[in-house]
Amino acid sequence: MPPAQAVGARPLVEPRPSDEVVVIAGLTKRYGSRTVVDDLSLTVRRGEVYGFLGPNGAGKTTTLRALLGLVRPTSGTASVLGRPAGAASSGVGALIEGPGFYPYLSGRENLRVLARYAGAPAGRVDTVLETVDLTDRARDRYSTYSLGMKQRLGVASALLKDPELVVLDEPTNGLDPAGISDMRALLRRLSADGHTVLLSSHLLGEVEQVCDRVAVISSGRLVVESSVGELLGLHRLVIDAEPLGEAAAITTRLLGPERVSVVGGAVHAQAGPEDAARINRALVLADVEVSGLRQEAQTLEAVFLQMTGSELAAAGPDPDGPPAQRTGRLSRRGAAR
Amino acid sequence: MSTTTETGGPGSGTPETEQPASATGRPAEPTGRTAGSLGAMISAELTKLLRRPATWVLLGLWPALQLVFSTVIPYVSYQRGASFEGLPPEAVLASMLPDQLVLNSLSGLPLFGGALLLTLGALLAGSEYGWGTLKTLLGQGPRRLQVLAAQLLALLVVLAVTVLVSFGLTALASGAIAAGESAAADWPTAGRLLRGLGGGLLIAATWGALGLLLGHALRSTALPIALGLVWVLAAENLIVNVAAPLLGAFDTAQAALPGVNAGSLVAALAGNGATLRTPGVAAIVDGAQAAGVLAGFLVLFTALTALLLTRRDVV
Repeated sequence: MPPAQAVGARPLVEPRPSDEVVVIAGLTKRYGSRTVVDDLSLTVRRGEVYGFLGPNGAGKTTTLRALLGLVRPTSGTASVLGRPAGAASSGVGALIEGPGFYPYLSGRENLRVLARYAGAPAGRVDTVLETVDLTDRARDRYSTYSLGMKQRLGVASALLKDPELVVLDEPTNGLDPAGISDMRALLRRLSADGHTVLLSSHLLGEVEQVCDRVAVISSGRLVVESSVGELLGLHRLVIDAEPLGEAAAITTRLLGPERVSVVGGAVHAQAGPEDAARINRALVLADVEVSGLRQEAQTLEAVFLQMTGSELAAAGPDPDGPPAQRTGRLSRRGAAR
Repeated sequence: MSTTTETGGPGSGTPETEQPASATGRPAEPTGRTAGSLGAMISAELTKLLRRPATWVLLGLWPALQLVFSTVIPYVSYQRGASFEGLPPEAVLASMLPDQLVLNSLSGLPLFGGALLLTLGALLAGSEYGWGTLKTLLGQGPRRLQVLAAQLLALLVVLAVTVLVSFGLTALASGAIAAGESAAADWPTAGRLLRGLGGGLLIAATWGALGLLLGHALRSTALPIALGLVWVLAAENLIVNVAAPLLGAFDTAQAALPGVNAGSLVAALAGNGATLRTPGVAAIVDGAQAAGVLAGFLVLFTALTALLLTRRDVV
C-alpha cells in the first residue's frame, strides 16, 4: 500500500476552473458576536459526491444557505457553477434543513407550484415523484405525510429542475432503513448521471459508501477536506511494548510527534501497514519488548469523532492526548489558522 | 424510492439540458439564474391562495358581512316599520336602493373588511416563514423581488374579484329590494361604478399590502395579525374619536392614517347626499387626497416589504 498522502493536499493536476462547481473561499458568517462559519474554504468538483460533515451547530446549514444566496456572508466569497452564490439557481436544486411545503396542498400540487417558480416543465413533477417513490401518495395532502415521505418530497423538489448541482442537507432524516438504502442508490444514480451532489449527513456509514470526497467542519471551521479513501487510509497502528516510554519515543522519531500518542498503555500511531515493519524493526533493535503490533482500520465515523471530538475537547483534558497528536495530518488545514 | 426510474439528465427537457453537454453529461458552461415567468409565478401564488381554506373564509366573510350590515339588517328593520340608526323607514329604504350601490358595497372596507384583508396578507406572507416554504421557493431560482411581485399581484387579483363579488351581491340585493318595494332603480353611472371599483380595490390593496409587510417583517402569522387588528379596529378609532378632539397634533395627524383615508375615500365615492352610517366611513379629507394618501401607503408598504425581503437573511 502506498504511503498515505497528506490529507487535504490538492491533487498533482489542479482541476480546471470549469470543473469546480462550488468554490468557497474564506467564508465567514457572524450573527452579532457569534461566529457561525469561520473563514471556511472548500471546493466541490464536477461530477463528485461531496460529503459535508460536522456536529450539530457546526455551521453546515449556514454554509449551504450561503451557497444558495439565502444568507449573506459577513466576509469571504462563495461561487456556484462559476457564478456568485445565489445567482446560479437554474443549475442548483436543494433541500436545506428539512422540507418546507404547503400543508394544505397535495404533494403533486406542491411540486407544481415549485415547478412554476422554477420554470420546469410540468412533466418533471411526475418524473421526480416517481423517482422518490411518492406517486401513490401524490394526491394526498402534504400534512398527512410521514416524516420520511416529507423528506422524499423535499428531495423531489431538489430534482425538479434536473439541476447540475444537487445540495441535500440531511436527506435521510426520518427515512427508514429501506428508505436510506434507496436514498443511497439515488445518490449513486445522480452521480452516474453526471450530477454533482453536495451532501450533508450525519449517517457517516452512508457518506463513507457514496461520497468521493468529504469536508469536516467543527465550530464553523474546516477541519479537513479530503477524499474518503485518503481519510480511511490513515490506519491506526496500536503497539503494545515495554518500556512504553521508549517505544513511544522511537515511534515518534520515525513518524513525527503529530502522528503518535500514548493511549491506555499502548502507543497509537497514524501509520499504514508499510510502516509497521519499520517500526517493529526499530523497536527490536532498541531492545524494546514488543508484545503486540496490530493495525486498526478506521471507519469514517471514528475519524469524524476523532477530528470533531478533538476540536471540542481542545479546551479541556483529553485522555487521548493533545488534539494535534490525534488529528495528525488530518487537521492540517484547520490547524494552520 | 424507486431505483429504476430515470432521474433526468441529458435530454430530459429542461432548458439547461438542451445546452452543449460536457463529458459528464451536464452543461459545459456555467448556468445562470433562470426561473419561471412572472405569469407562471402568479399562477403558482393563485394556486396557493385559492387552495387555502383560510382564503375563502376571509374573502367570503367580507362580502357576506357587507351584505348583512348594509342591506339585510336595514331591510328587516324597514320591513318591521321601525327606525334604523335614527333614520325613519323611508330613509332606510332609500339607503338600500341601487343608487347607493357604491357605498353599500364598500362601506365595510375601511374597518372590518380592511381587518380581514390585512389578515389575509399577513397569512400569505407570514406562513412562508412558519412552514419554511420561502426557502423552498427561493431554492427554485426566482429572485426575492419576483416572489414578492407574484405574491402581491396574486393578492391583487383575488382582492379585485372580491370587490367585484361585493358589488355583485349588493347589486342583486338592492335590485331585488327596489323591485319588491316598487322603488326607483337608479343605478350608478358606469363612470361612478368604475371609480367605486377602483377605489375599493385601492383600499383593499392597501390593507392587503400592510398585511404582507407585517407578515414579512415579523416572519410569522400570529403577531402580525394581532398587531394589524389592533391598529385597524382599535388604535385608529381611538386616535380619531378620543385623541383628535382633545389634541391638535392628533387632529392633524389623523388625516394621514390609512383607515381615515379609506373611510374618506368611501365617503367621497358614495357621493353627495349619501347617508354615512357605517363606522369608519367619514369625510375627514376629500376624495382626491384620500386616494393619493392610500396610493402612497400602498407604494410605501410594498417598498418596505421589498427592502426587508431583499436585505435580510432567509433563515
